[in-house]
This record gives sequence, C-alpha cells and structure tokens, in this order.
Amino acid sequence: MTDLIAESLETSEDTQKGKFLTFLLGNEAYAIEIKFVIEMIGMQPITKVPELPEYVRGIINLRGKIVPVMDVRLRFKKEFKEYNDRTCIIVVDVDDILLGLIVDNISEVISIPDEEIVPPPEINKCAENKYIKGIGKVGSNVKLILDCKKLMNEKDIEAVTQERQL
Amino acid sequence: MSDIFGNDPMLDMFIFETAQLIEQLEQSIIEIERVNCYTEDSINEIFRIMHTIKSSSAMMHYENISLIAHTIEDLFYFLREENPENIDCLKLTDIVLEGADFIKHETDKIVEGRKSDGDGSELINSIRDYLSELKLNNPQADDEEGKRPSKNEDAGNILEDCSNQISSMDFPNQNYKAVVYFEEGCQMENVRAFLVINNLKEIAENISYVPEDIIDNDDSIEIIKNNGFLISFKSDRSYKEIHEFLSHNVVFLKELELYEIKLGGYRQLVADNQDSKEPQFFSTRQSIISVNVHKLDKLMDLVGELVISEAMVLKNPDLNNLVLNNFQKSARQLQKITGELQDAVMSIRMVPLSATFQRMNRIVRDMSKKLEKEVRLELIGEETEVDKNIIDHISDPLMHLIRNSIDHGIEKSEERKAKNKPEFGTITLEAKNTGGDVLIIVKDDGRGLNKESILSKARKNGLVGKTERELTDKEIYSLILMAGFSTKEEVTEYSGRGVGMDVVNKNIDAIGGTVSIDSIEGEGTEITLKIPLTLAIIDSMTIKTGESLFSVPITSIRESFKARNEDIIIDSEGNEMIMIRGQCYAAVRLYELYKINTEVKNITDGIMLMVENNGDALCIFADEIIGEQEVVIKALPGYIRNLKKVRGLSGCTLLGDGSISLILDVGDLTASLKEGRMKI
Repeated sequence: MTDLIAESLETSEDTQKGKFLTFLLGNEAYAIEIKFVIEMIGMQPITKVPELPEYVRGIINLRGKIVPVMDVRLRFKKEFKEYNDRTCIIVVDVDDILLGLIVDNISEVISIPDEEIVPPPEINKCAENKYIKGIGKVGSNVKLILDCKKLMNEKDIEAVTQERQL
Repeated sequence: MSDIFGNDPMLDMFIFETAQLIEQLEQSIIEIERVNCYTEDSINEIFRIMHTIKSSSAMMHYENISLIAHTIEDLFYFLREENPENIDCLKLTDIVLEGADFIKHETDKIVEGRKSDGDGSELINSIRDYLSELKLNNPQADDEEGKRPSKNEDAGNILEDCSNQISSMDFPNQNYKAVVYFEEGCQMENVRAFLVINNLKEIAENISYVPEDIIDNDDSIEIIKNNGFLISFKSDRSYKEIHEFLSHNVVFLKELELYEIKLGGYRQLVADNQDSKEPQFFSTRQSIISVNVHKLDKLMDLVGELVISEAMVLKNPDLNNLVLNNFQKSARQLQKITGELQDAVMSIRMVPLSATFQRMNRIVRDMSKKLEKEVRLELIGEETEVDKNIIDHISDPLMHLIRNSIDHGIEKSEERKAKNKPEFGTITLEAKNTGGDVLIIVKDDGRGLNKESILSKARKNGLVGKTERELTDKEIYSLILMAGFSTKEEVTEYSGRGVGMDVVNKNIDAIGGTVSIDSIEGEGTEITLKIPLTLAIIDSMTIKTGESLFSVPITSIRESFKARNEDIIIDSEGNEMIMIRGQCYAAVRLYELYKINTEVKNITDGIMLMVENNGDALCIFADEIIGEQEVVIKALPGYIRNLKKVRGLSGCTLLGDGSISLILDVGDLTASLKEGRMKI
C-alpha cells in the first residue's frame, strides 16, 4: 500500500523534476522549481494588511481563497517598480502554505538537468544570496534558482527587530 | 506515531464510541442514584455498555480497559441473573464510576497518542471482593453461580433478553434455557449445534440460540468450543422430558446444563419497580451519523463562498441601469435558496447542550459526597443548541462555576436548616436562546457573595482600580473573575487557588461571550454566560479608511456618531480623547494606527464608532460606514500568521463584490492599547 503511494509520488515528481519556471526581476533571471507552482495570474487588486513588512503587499482574493502576496523585488531590497500589465503573481504552495510572488514578468518553463546546476559561492555579500539554492546554466545564460522554503519561512531580520521595538 | 494513530478510523471510532458509552453510563448511574434503586432496565443497560466496551477494547488490544470492563460486567451479570437483595447502592455506584473513570482516563491517554498503560488490577480486585461479598450474602444464588462457567456472559445476555421478552409476553408455559457442551475434538461444532436446533424444533418453539450465525460464521466454532452452545426456548414438556430428549438427541454430548426460567420471579420484580418511583430515562438516542468536523468546516466554507459569489453575480456592475425583470425574479429565487442552504449548514453544526449539562451531574455528585453537602442539580433547557466549537469551550467554565457554587455557595445542611432554607441546596443550570445569543445561567441558593469581603480581598491584592465608591454592585462581583482572586482562606481540592473564575472569564471571552454575576447575600448567586450562537458567521459593520475596509462585529459596537472638533481633547503627549455624555474615551484614528493613506483626516469629515469589550470602550475614527452585513470569518493566511501576529485583527472576510475586509478584534485592540503594546 505504502509502496504504491510512494511510487505514484515518485512518478509525479519525476515528470516535474528538473523543470523550472523562470521569471525576470529587472535584468536578472530567476527560476523556481515547478513543483511548488500552483498557478500564475495577472496583477490583482491587493488588500493591504497593516503592521506587516513592506515586501508583504497584502492579501488577494483568489477565487474565494485568501492568499498573501509578496513583492520579490522588495524582498531582495531592490527598488520598487510600479506594477504594469507585464507584472505577474506566481502562486506557490510550500508545505500547504500559499503565497503569491509578485515578479516583473514570467518567461518560460525550462529544464535544467542536475549536472548543470552549481551551488552559489560561499562568500557573497549580496542580500538575496541566502535565498539562492543554486545557479543553473542554460546555454550561455544563467538562472538563479530560488529556495522557496527559505523565502517563505525565514523571518526577515528587519521584521523581527521591528516587532521588538514596538 | 501519534499522527498515524490519529488517522486510524478504527481507533477514532473506538475512542468516540467508548466516550459516548461512558457518558451514557454516567448518566444512567446518576439517574439511578437519584431514585436510589437499581432497576432491571438500568442493570441491563450498564451490563450492555460494559460488554460493548470490553469487546471493542479487546479488539483494539487494550487489555487493561478490557479487563476492567470485564470485571464490572461480571458483577452486573451476577446482579442481573440473581437479583440479590440488600445491594448497597452507594458502594455499587462508586465502583462503577471508578471503573468508568479508569476507562475514561485510559482513552484520554490514547487520544493524546500515549500508551494506555494504566494498571487496573487494584480496582479489579476491589470489584471482585465486592462480588464475592455479594455472593456470600446471597448463598442460594452462589450455588447456581458456581455451576456455571464464568465465561458465559455473552450468551447470558441474550438469553436473559429473550427470557425477558417472554416474561413480558406473559406466556403461561414454562421456559427453558440450556447450555450444551460438545466433546473436545468432535469437530464441526457449528453443524452439530444446528442439528440440535433442528431436533429441538420437534418439541419446542420460540427457539433462540447463541452464537446466532452458527453456519455462516466459522468463528462460532470457537465460541461453542469455549463457552458452550446456548439455547433458550419455550416448551410445554417437563424439565425431565426435555433433559432426556436433549441427552439422547445430541451426538458427542459432553455436558448439558438445563435451567427452567420461572416467570413468577420476573413478574414480582416488575411490580416492585412500579411501587418505587420509576426513574425517567430520557431517550437521548437519535438517528445520528457522526461526521468529521473538518468536513463540516469545508461545507461551511463552500457555502460561505457560494453566498459571496451569489452577491458578486447579482450585484455585478455590468447589470447597472438595466431593466431585467425575469433576471430579478430568478435572482430572488436563488437568494432564497442560498439563504436556506446557509441556515441548513449552520444547523448541522448545532449540537444540543444536554451532553455537557449531563456531565455536570457527575461533578455535583462527587463533590457533594466529598464535602458532605446535599446538593441537587436542576437542568433547564438542555435541548438548547449551540455551535460545536462553542460547546468545546464552555464545558470547562461550567465545571468551574458548578464547583464554585458547591464549594463556596451552598452551605452545609445544618447551617441551611438554621437559616430556614430547605436542607438540600439547589443548583440550577439553565440555557435559553435570546436572538443571536445563548444565555447559560448557573444559579445556586447558597450564601451569596459578600461585597465587603470581595472588596477587602481586592484591596489586598491591588485589583481595584477605581475608587471604591464608584463601583457598582455588578462591578464588585465581577472582581471575582480576575486572576489570583479567591476569598477562600485555604486551598482545597476543589477551589481556592483563584484560577477557576479566571479560566471561566478567559474561555468565555475567547468565544466572544461575556460573564455577568448577580447575587443577593444569604439568598444565592446567579452567574450568566452570554454566548454567541455561532462563531463562523458574524453580523458586522463594515467601515472604510482610505482604500482599506474593516469589519467590526456588531456585538462590540456601542454607537456611531459624528464628532465635533470641540469634543476632542488632546493631552500633553498628543493622545486624543473625546468627551461623550460626561465620560472620556480614547479616540483612535484608524489611519494613524495602521498607517493608511487617506484624504479624510479632519475629525468632522469622518465618522466615530464607539466600540466596547468587557467594559473597556474606545472610539475609532474612520472615513465612512459602508454598511451592515453578515460575514464569514476566515483566518488570515498561514504565511502572515507565521510572520507575525497583527494586533487588533482577528481575521478577514470576503465582501459581496469580492473585495477583502479585515475583521477588527476589539478585545485585542483595547488590550493592546491598554498595555501599551500598540501606539496610537
């Protein structure tokens, strides 16, 4: 019985393995594993929720489900860019918690085999580095592979200190 | 590990059933004690309950539970079969309740995912002692008991049932029951048993036998091997004739026990029962299916969404300025149906309070015995229904209230006599519906609350804020709800730690209810819990600040009004206050509190909403009021909850046009502001 389940899980994971959804933030190309992605939608009216860090823009109504949205630009301390018709929300599901990621625009779904992925350098000052799981080489380009779990779970230092001050 | 347990439907069922049976058991025991006699019916019921628990726990491999149940079952088997005289009701009740407690405790352990490792041997021994004592006192019964193998209860149960049936049908004939043992190793016991029945049909009628499914069920072989084959039947032949008939016709017969059932004894017994006050057994059994609460929650969510999307369709901006007669007609029909659907779903979640109330009987019984006070519990309106979530929250508070009433309120009998009160104290537990709320009233006719001693105690603990003369009676009484308050000088098993009333207050508060206390010294105390009917859907007022929408529960709104500039007072630190009818309230500008951009900053342009929670009131300044509507409460998404606790918000909701409104938690808001966790 358990074998069966494990098997079916494996096969569904197999078809998704090595597939990444790529998107742009400014000039940088990022990628997230396709297994986390629930859907992609255009920009939605956002309801602000007070007292949250700036990068959490608020919540949206996704067909009756309430989903928080995070501006990935702001999360990576890049400057805010006005939303336009290219702006997209990628809804991801990590361990049954839903989150919408606001990105500049979505490019495509690509396959990156494991051997083309290299770990990020150990020494790096860049703030977003800790959310990068690896760097994938696709032809002559590189894609920064995001670690969704960390993006979601790691409490932003700023938010924590803010909380203490209050 | 515990997860795996939690998901096992068999175990779930076992726990659920056992809990229900134990509850049923307690209920009948309490009932029995009230009339102080064990009737045939009640003995049968307890026997049945114990039998079920025994078998199901044995099936789940909980040997300790099974053993206890088995021992009690033995005891009741004896009671039922032999009808011994001079039973010590109190002792018996104690034993059964102790056993029930043990089983309850063990199942609790299982629920928590721990191992059920309680040792019931001491209890078992005491039950056995009691049983042998009973047997000694009823020697003639003992003889017969000795003859019978002790494993026969299963069969005895059914045998007894059918003999009961026969007795009630008032047959003139003598009736028999027989136990047939086949020789060991004769094999195919079930087929042989079937032959016996066939043969017996020549001379007897109304034959019933155990195990029943002898041919279809192979397990029956084992049962017949171990327990013998039990038959009961009606025949007009004499005892001797039947004995001979059976001895001759049964092949491989090893042993035959044949009993005559005399009807006279039973009739006598029935008559006795009618003399003594017949206890009223309320039939609480209904045709019920048990459904996982999560499924109901899901259904509730879906209906909530349906209501929202209905509004989205019917109030669609595309429809504006169109004349659509037929559409409007159909729309009204749709609205009616969704409304009914919503009501139906809500009613599914409604559970009567009776189970919770009945549980209090047990507490009253135990405590009044221990404290040597005579207390009666009266239940009124136990059929009142409230949401399942709420039931879970009020069981503890009720227990504390009842305990308090017995321990502090009700006096000992001598003291009561001296005061010209009836010897036994009465606690009334009443539930009633009033619109959107349920009132649960706990009333006792004890000594009441002493204002002076409450005040002096409060002074000692520094709990009084205002000057004492300003306190109303109700405010004084409500001091006892505070943590660390107990007028009792010493801590006893039941009360005195000053935690109980605090628990009451916190629990009731958590479900949006309120507690109020009234008392007349020397005559009694009345504590009223006001509880909302349901948690999932609330009536709310939606207000707007800038682009943001907020919903405030109607229950916490006192009034709304336009403020004038001259009403506003600003203190040295820049805090704003507002004077209304001589009272001063803090004024909170929502846009400042939550840093929202808005055009409306002048106090005269917007609207003031006075909200209140537990006597703490404050005024909220918002741009405008959108309107009143019923909203379905949804929790904030998991990501935000993990990130941080947003103060003053209890959740969010979807409005008719699909926009999201945040639900203000007035209790949290006032508390946060008071404790300075939040700055205006």
